[in-house]
Amino acid sequence: MFRVMKFAAAAVIATGAMAGTQAFAADDVITLGAAVSLSGKYSTNGEHTQRGYDLAVQVINERGGVQVGDTTYMLEIKYYDDESTATRGAELAERLIQQDGVNFLLGPYSSGLTKAIAPVTEQHGVPMVEGNGASRSLFTSGYRYLFAVLSTSEQYLASAIDLAAERAADLGKAPNELTVALAFENDPFSQDVRAGVVEDAQRHGMQIVIDDKLPKELNDMATTLTRVRALQPDLLVVSGHARGAATAIRQIQEMRVDVPMLAMTHCDSAKIIKEFGDAAEYTLCASQWAPTLTYQDDLFGSAADYAALFEKTYDYAPPYQAAESSAAVMTFVDAFQRAGTLDRAAVRDALAATDMQTFYGNIRFDETGKNIAKPMVLYQVQNGAYVVVAPSEWAAADPVLPRPGWADR
Amino acid sequence: MPRRGWRRMNNIELLFSSPAIAGGLLIDGILFGSIFALIAYGLALVWGVMNIINVTQGEFVILGGFAAVVMADNGFHPLLAVPVAALVLYVLGRLLYRTIIHRIVDRDLFTSLLATFGISIVLQQLMNIVFGGDPRNADAGLGVWFAFDYSIVLSKVKLLAFVLAIVVGAALVVFLKMSRLGQAIRATAQNARAARVVGIDTNRVYEATFALNAAICGAAGALAATAYTIHPYIGLPYTVRSFMIVIIAGLGNIGGVLAAGLGLGAAEYYAGFILGAEFQIAFVFGLLVVVLLARSWWLGRKRRYLK
Repeated sequence: MFRVMKFAAAAVIATGAMAGTQAFAADDVITLGAAVSLSGKYSTNGEHTQRGYDLAVQVINERGGVQVGDTTYMLEIKYYDDESTATRGAELAERLIQQDGVNFLLGPYSSGLTKAIAPVTEQHGVPMVEGNGASRSLFTSGYRYLFAVLSTSEQYLASAIDLAAERAADLGKAPNELTVALAFENDPFSQDVRAGVVEDAQRHGMQIVIDDKLPKELNDMATTLTRVRALQPDLLVVSGHARGAATAIRQIQEMRVDVPMLAMTHCDSAKIIKEFGDAAEYTLCASQWAPTLTYQDDLFGSAADYAALFEKTYDYAPPYQAAESSAAVMTFVDAFQRAGTLDRAAVRDALAATDMQTFYGNIRFDETGKNIAKPMVLYQVQNGAYVVVAPSEWAAADPVLPRPGWADR
Repeated sequence: MPRRGWRRMNNIELLFSSPAIAGGLLIDGILFGSIFALIAYGLALVWGVMNIINVTQGEFVILGGFAAVVMADNGFHPLLAVPVAALVLYVLGRLLYRTIIHRIVDRDLFTSLLATFGISIVLQQLMNIVFGGDPRNADAGLGVWFAFDYSIVLSKVKLLAFVLAIVVGAALVVFLKMSRLGQAIRATAQNARAARVVGIDTNRVYEATFALNAAICGAAGALAATAYTIHPYIGLPYTVRSFMIVIIAGLGNIGGVLAAGLGLGAAEYYAGFILGAEFQIAFVFGLLVVVLLARSWWLGRKRRYLK
């Protein structure tokens, strides 16, 4: 037993030393640092994030690297595993900057980890571009070195509420007669999503009849659903990461709860179509990105091209977490090229002036560092596939509203 | 917020105005509690016999759940996983006993808490590496019975869990009373030293007890994976609820564990319905405090008589 541990310790030290030398091996390499969740509760999405980063780096290097001023640089990423815990994330960010001498950071996975790391990068004046921290509170703290390529949390389900208002006639009501049930996990991200939904519902004059906070150890929401069955709201909105989506789909089917519209987040990270089949049908899902969108760039081509390349490389369709991570790398590269130098402050200013289109969407930051040029899209599960149904500009099909009742399926 | 208060009054009204909702909630709650009752049997056994509060209960459950998921993925009926998971976990229980648990049986509670907590973290990470972190579910395809225009929906899987809770409970009682091993387990629980004196191999008894507990958890887990969703980090609620059930029922009281499990499930569901999901668990913990206070008052009263 002890011998095994000794061996493991030696191996860890050896790989650490090797990684250390690698970081300083060549002068014409830009090393980006990233603390990503490779173990712990976010490991699945952490892996999507890492693969998104890696794919972008691979393609950029294959194309000859990054031209900054007169020098051409190759890209490289130095990773650490933050074990899905915030304190570890902050520690590792400190280590990347102080010990490893990294000047530019890519974001971790999740709002919580980003929130832990942002004060560190801010203090050291190290620019961080992230694609996986959507919490509204990240952009109300006055951070100058934090840039997010994704839509922020309060926008996640806004399109679902707008869709309900638009299609109120299909449900036989006026928009202000609609009733809404909310079930959101009691964590900062989901509560941010809720705040956006509440604001939009109030704007349309809708009445909120259920407003539940689900516990973090979430595997049962039967009491909430019993009330949904009794009060019969027109729209049920659920958000609680992958476990929330999985639990909701499972129990709505099992309890045969009929609701005309069901909207949620994290459908694809919960793999609801694969896991639950027919039960997932007609669910409306918020997404940062879809392979069917018509965005383009010079590196990856269209959104569909990116999806094809990702699938060829990793053997599964890219979740949006991977796409937004690739976009974060592209944003950095664009800023390096425009800045013409690798000076942190100059790169920061170049980032702030970003205005580009990528396969993932348009990227333009407001003064708080969040991307204001890309809307969320809303999928509906139709015949076992995600189909974009809103906003209407990107819609590939009409939404099926109301959902057929369980008795008619 | 006045609107919230108003909503709660409405919830109570709703409950009284519709017996179907009240009844459905009661049934759902009882069925919900039955899985926890199963896990609590095992915890009570290990706690009572070995004086170990096993914090690994939840991870045993999730491991059993993954057994069902893996079998479902490979084309087997997930309910076949109930005995298979029990067997796998039985072996794992023995293994864990021989490597780790036997070292902590006679130590104080703090050591065993720490050791089992450590095992639970290792198991979580191993499951994460092997099965991935996604929430999984094994659909048994058993469907539901329903009544009153879907006001009462009875999931057959949950009903099965309920039946199993009762059967396993009864079997445990018979096993502990009738079988040689069961008698040895009881003797060891009463006085380990005296049991050794009369020739009982207490080490073997401990091993059997711990493995039996793991097996029960595994079976419960296979059911949990078919009735709910599981992922590597959702073990804690199972540990905590089973702990609470044992606290309320007391050690060495299988019937009490079953009653406490089912009752707690029903109480939790009513609380969740009336107060909202955010107070569901808070209510259960509040109830725990009340029970402990009431029990200490009751015992104190008896003690006065003895003086």
